[in-house]
Amino acid sequence: MRFILRRLGFYLIAFWASITLNFLLPRFMPGDPVSRMFARSQDRMQPEQIEALRKLLGVDDRPLWEQYMGYMTNIFTGQMGVSISRFPTPVTEVISSQIGWTLLLGGTALVIAAVVGNLLGVLAAWRRGGAVDSALPPLLVFIGSFPYFWLAMGALYLFGVVLNWFPIRHAFTAGLEPGFTWGFIGDVGAHLVLPALTIVLVSIGGWMLGMRNTMIATNSEDYITMAEAKGLRPSRIMLRYAARNAMLPSVTSFGMGLGFVVGGALLTEVVFAYPGVGYQLLNAVQGLDYPLMQGLFLTITAAVLLANFLVDILYVRLDPRVRSN
Amino acid sequence: MTTAILKQTGTTAAKTPAARKPNRSFVHGILTNKKSLAGMAVMLVFIALALLAPVLFPGDPSRITAMASLEPSAEHWLGTTAKGQDVLALTVHGSRSSLFVGLTVGFASTFVGILVGLASAYFGKFIDEALSLVTNVFLLLPGLPLLVILAAFLPPGLGTVILVLVVTGWAGSARVLRSQALSIRSKDFVAAAVVSGERAGRIMFREILPNMASIVMGTLLACVIYGVGAQAGLEFLGLGDAGTVSWGNNLFWAGNEGALLTGSWWVFVPSGVCIALVAFALALINYAVDEVTNPRLRKIKTPKDTERSASK
Repeated sequence: MRFILRRLGFYLIAFWASITLNFLLPRFMPGDPVSRMFARSQDRMQPEQIEALRKLLGVDDRPLWEQYMGYMTNIFTGQMGVSISRFPTPVTEVISSQIGWTLLLGGTALVIAAVVGNLLGVLAAWRRGGAVDSALPPLLVFIGSFPYFWLAMGALYLFGVVLNWFPIRHAFTAGLEPGFTWGFIGDVGAHLVLPALTIVLVSIGGWMLGMRNTMIATNSEDYITMAEAKGLRPSRIMLRYAARNAMLPSVTSFGMGLGFVVGGALLTEVVFAYPGVGYQLLNAVQGLDYPLMQGLFLTITAAVLLANFLVDILYVRLDPRVRSN
Repeated sequence: MTTAILKQTGTTAAKTPAARKPNRSFVHGILTNKKSLAGMAVMLVFIALALLAPVLFPGDPSRITAMASLEPSAEHWLGTTAKGQDVLALTVHGSRSSLFVGLTVGFASTFVGILVGLASAYFGKFIDEALSLVTNVFLLLPGLPLLVILAAFLPPGLGTVILVLVVTGWAGSARVLRSQALSIRSKDFVAAAVVSGERAGRIMFREILPNMASIVMGTLLACVIYGVGAQAGLEFLGLGDAGTVSWGNNLFWAGNEGALLTGSWWVFVPSGVCIALVAFALALINYAVDEVTNPRLRKIKTPKDTERSASK
C-alpha cells in the first residue's frame, strides 16, 4: 500500500509539472502567440472569447501567481478553452472525439507487438544460437534503425498505392455511417492494418531483445536446473518456470509502451492521416491553435500517467517482493 | 539475499584479473569484435562523406540543375527531385547537418546525464531524491508530443532543434548512469578517497567516472542514435530548421512534393537508408560494447546449452 501511495504521489507531481510547463511555455517564450493567432481568426471571434484566450495564454495584466491559480482552477474544472482551428468547438469536445481512435490504433499495435515479441524472446533465449536467436535479432534491429515515418511511408506506398491492398488514409471510408455493424467494423479493421503493422514492425525488436536477455539470466537460476532434474517437460519449464519470472521487466516496459501508444502514435497518425490525438496535435501546431495544443498535451500526459499507475498496481499484484518492502 | 551476495562476490571475482588493465582490454575487445568493426567502418565512410561534401558536390546542393523527377541515370546517379535538384548532392550534403545535430545532441545529453547521475550518486540523500524525481518526470512525459509542443513555441532554427532534443533526451542517460555510479560509489576506493579528503569534483570525475567508461560510451551511442532519428522526425513533421539541407528535410520535401504518389522512389529512399545505416552502425558498436563488458551476452556455449542441444 505504501508503495502504491508513493507512486501515486509521484504521478501527481509529474502531472503538476506538465501543467506548469504548459502554463509557463507561452508566457516565457519569445514572441506573442496570441497576436499571431488573432491575426488568423480575428473576424470570427467574439470579444469575450478573445478575453478568455488572453487569460489562458497569459496576455493579461494580473500578477503571475494569480494567473497561475486561475489556470489551475480552469484545468481541474475541465475548462480548456475553445479551439481556434475548429472554432467554436470547445477543446474538450475535439479531444474526446479523437482519443478513441488513438487508443484503438495504439492499443492494438501494443498488444500484438508485446505478445509476439515476448514469445519470440522466450524462444530465442531457450534455444540460444538457434534459428530464431541468430537470424531475428539483427534483422529486427536493422528494421528498427529506419526512421519510423520512413517505413510507414514505404508501407503506404507499397501496400496502399502499388498493390492497393489496404486503404491509405483516415480511419474509415468517408460517408460510411459509424455504428456497430459488421460493415463498419470490417472497414475500420481494414484501415487499421497498415498503421498498426508498421508500429508492430518497429517496436517488436525491443520486446524480443529485452525478453531474451532477461530469459538468459533466468535460465541460469538454480530453480531451472532443479526443474530439469525433476524431469519436467521442457515446454513447461520454459513457459511456467523461466518465462513467468522473466516477464516482470516486460510488465514495466508495457507501462512505458502504453505511454508510447498515446504519444508515439503521432508519426503514424500523421503519415496515415489517422484521426487521433497525435494527428490533431500536429494540425493544432500548424494552425497555431494554442488552446487545443495545450489541451491535447495535457490529455496525452494524463493518459500516460494513468496507464503507468495501473501498471504499478498490477506489478504489486505480480511481484510479492514489492509488497514486503 | 544470499543470492544477491553470491552474485556480487561472483562479479567482483570475475573482474579482478581485468581490473589491472581495464582500458587496454576494453579497447582490445572493441577492436577485435566483428560487430564493432563493421559499425565503425560504416561510420567512418559517412563522416568522410560529410567532411568531403563541399569538394564532391561544390555549390549549393539545393539549386535546380536539371529536369524535374528524372530517374537515376549516369548523369544523376540518384535521379532528381520534383524541383529538379540532384538527389545524390542533397543526400551527401544532408549528412553534414544530420551527423552534426546527432553528435551534438548525443554529447550534450550524455554530458547532462553524467552530471545528474554523478551528483545523484555522490551526494545522495536529498539531492539524489530531487534529481531522481526530475529525471523520472522527464522520462515519463510523452517524448514526441513534448518535442512537438516545445518546437512549436520556440523560434525555429538549428539551435532550437538541438535544445529541444537535449531537453527530451537527457533523462534516459541520467537514469542509467546514476544506477551505475551508485554501485561504484559504494566501493571501498571511493570511501578511501572521501576519507583522504579529496574534493567532491575530483572524486566524481577522476575516481568514479573513469570506472564507468563503457556505460558512458553505450549511453553516448544511444543518445546519438536518438539525436539523428528525432531530428529527422521533427523535420519530417515540418518543425525543424527548414533552411538547412538534411536527411530529415529531404524526406519532408519528398513527402510534400508527393514523391511516392508519383512513383519517384529514388527521391525518398536514399535519405531514409542513410539514417538507418548510421543508426544501425551505432547500434552495432553499442552491442559490441555490451558483449565486451558483459560476459553473459558473449556467444560461449555453456555446459547447459551443449547438454540441451545434445539431448535433442
